[in-house]
Amino acid sequence: MYRNLTIRQKQIVWAWAFLALPVLFYSVIRFYPTGNAILISFQNWNLLGSRTWAGLENYEKLWNDPVFWKVFKNTFIYLLLGTPISLVLSFMIAYHLDKLRFMHGFLRMLYFLPFMTSAVAMAWVWRWFYQDVPIGLFNNILAGFGIPQIAFLQSTTNALPAVLAPAVWAGLGFQVIIFMAGIRAIPTSYYEAAKIDGVGWFTVLTQITIPLLRPTIVFIVVFSSIGFLRIFDHVFNMTTNNPGGPLNATKPLVLMIYDTAFNGFDMGYAAAQTVVLFTILLIVSLIQLRLLRST
Amino acid sequence: MNRYFHHGRRKMKSHLKGLFLAGLTSSAALFSSAANAVEIEYWQYFFDARVDAMETLITNFEAANPDITVKMTHFPYADYRTKVAAAIPAGEGPDVVQLFYGWLNDYVQAELIQPLPAGTFPAAQIDAEFFPMVQAMKDGDAYWALPTAVRSLALFYNERLLEEAGLDGPPETLEEMMTAAAAMTKTDAAGNITQVGITAGMTAQDHHWWREGLVRQNGGEPYTDDYKTVNYNNDAGRAALEFYANMFLGDPPVTSIGFMDEPQAAFKAGRAGMHIDGSFRIGSLADQRGLKWGVTELPANAEGTRSNYSSYWVNAITTKAEGEKYDAAVKFMAYITSDEAMQVWLDVVGELPAKPSVGMTEANANDKTFGPFIRGLEYANTTKFANESGQRQLMVEMVERIQLEGMAPAESLAIAADAEQKLLDEYYAK
Repeated sequence: MYRNLTIRQKQIVWAWAFLALPVLFYSVIRFYPTGNAILISFQNWNLLGSRTWAGLENYEKLWNDPVFWKVFKNTFIYLLLGTPISLVLSFMIAYHLDKLRFMHGFLRMLYFLPFMTSAVAMAWVWRWFYQDVPIGLFNNILAGFGIPQIAFLQSTTNALPAVLAPAVWAGLGFQVIIFMAGIRAIPTSYYEAAKIDGVGWFTVLTQITIPLLRPTIVFIVVFSSIGFLRIFDHVFNMTTNNPGGPLNATKPLVLMIYDTAFNGFDMGYAAAQTVVLFTILLIVSLIQLRLLRST
Repeated sequence: MNRYFHHGRRKMKSHLKGLFLAGLTSSAALFSSAANAVEIEYWQYFFDARVDAMETLITNFEAANPDITVKMTHFPYADYRTKVAAAIPAGEGPDVVQLFYGWLNDYVQAELIQPLPAGTFPAAQIDAEFFPMVQAMKDGDAYWALPTAVRSLALFYNERLLEEAGLDGPPETLEEMMTAAAAMTKTDAAGNITQVGITAGMTAQDHHWWREGLVRQNGGEPYTDDYKTVNYNNDAGRAALEFYANMFLGDPPVTSIGFMDEPQAAFKAGRAGMHIDGSFRIGSLADQRGLKWGVTELPANAEGTRSNYSSYWVNAITTKAEGEKYDAAVKFMAYITSDEAMQVWLDVVGELPAKPSVGMTEANANDKTFGPFIRGLEYANTTKFANESGQRQLMVEMVERIQLEGMAPAESLAIAADAEQKLLDEYYAK
């Protein structure tokens, strides 16, 4: 039967033969659990008993849960602070690093190092930096000058930025590398033409470099937005005693999902939160793609 | 569930005994015919000392019952619940299973476990023989599950700091405790606390101390209606919370919440005069070089009343066990809740015996380290949690509102009480 196929058809058969494995893998590992999570969000389940139908109960509960709204807000603060800050920082570093020849490789390695470090180890080291005297690095320095200590993690206002800082730092290396690749990919002839015309550096930056980096920026914004919307390990490890605390000041949505599912064993409610997160991620990504791709 | 399950290890004696018995069993196994042997499965979560202790118990049990073999399986704590839930309905998995007492309700409702037979485990006899808080496992005339060992709280103190502050001995009452804490607190030139008199933080064990200790010592009862109704939003609760808040808000404060990240870390580092913690902390403190510590019962109130909190893991027979496996499981349950098993558990794991007949022996009750915990069991209560971490979180937030937002204790208490009642109502409505 295979023999009777045209070359084109044979190619298709082979293509599908090779695609079958990833398709199967994705169906079992991705699509099935996703579908199942959506299903569970309409049910009550404590992992032990049977699942019972709950209708929209879990979503109603979510809507009326003040913790959810607090967490929702936190998640967007992570996104709205984290993405622009890391974008600007990484571009500035990449832009200047690109011009630098002296110890270029070494510096690039230094910037990339945090990205390779385990988030858990990093979060714990920062957690100790932030402690009060007598063990916290920052506060010990302050105390050395006789300045009263600052509550970093034990504060409803300072805790979120304190947790966000190492998360931004950790992701920086990767973004720097991507930006540098983007900058290198810009044909030098444009810069030469600008030089001949006698254009200043600022015009070069805003008229040549940034516009031609658009695909790179799209990629980094989408990538880091998804990362900040899903922030978990830094927060969890820096606040393990009181996850997402104090008073839910640092709690992101993923941590709430984890807590509901594996401490509260309320799988239906956790699944409903997951569906909401999924929807947010989808919408944010679509908006960003559209905004940054048009024109 | 309890986040701190570190246990002491006092193994030497029982290890030798275990080795000897292991020899006996292997020879016994040669003679018993395998065809008649009933094999039952026992599941618990993985913790070194617990697995060691259970191996000793299984060896002893098999020696006494050559026709039964027990196969132990253990899992990382994180996977435990899902595995049990998946296995039993499928007719696989354990015949006897270990679970946290706070999960009992869920296991009963999911029909994963069956009541213990009244013949072997008469409720009246268990009521009389076990420490009273075990009655949380009773439903009508039947017990659903029984512990081998239990845990309770006590006051750890740093002997060196106590001496340095010129104090004769550990405090006996809450008032003495506050005086001692004040004497042991140190601050630097910038006004920062560098050594706390006593550790504080609801994230560790203090929420248990507050509920079952302070509230009761102030004449209250934290919950009514079998722990389904919150009952601390009253004078007793307010007095208890004000006492607690006074530790870190008093003038001068004797503690600082979040000091050195974790209460037990501060105590371990020798930067805290006193620290309330569970018997499971003994092991990790025993290994700490340069730390001279002692332990005493939780302080009494002015009238001399003490109150403590106890928690435990229980063993139960699953619904999977039927016929001869059921009979074997009953025998095994009877053995692992016997006096002998409890002594093994104390020696190997460092967890306290669940029966006064073992706990209150001359040697155990007066033991320098275990004694205060064991004596505490006599006046201990066990909170029936619907969701321990959720309910702890509400206590954490109750204190944070006072500490970080300057809310009045009474107001914060009322918010916590409402939130916890809502959590309980939701749980019991299902």
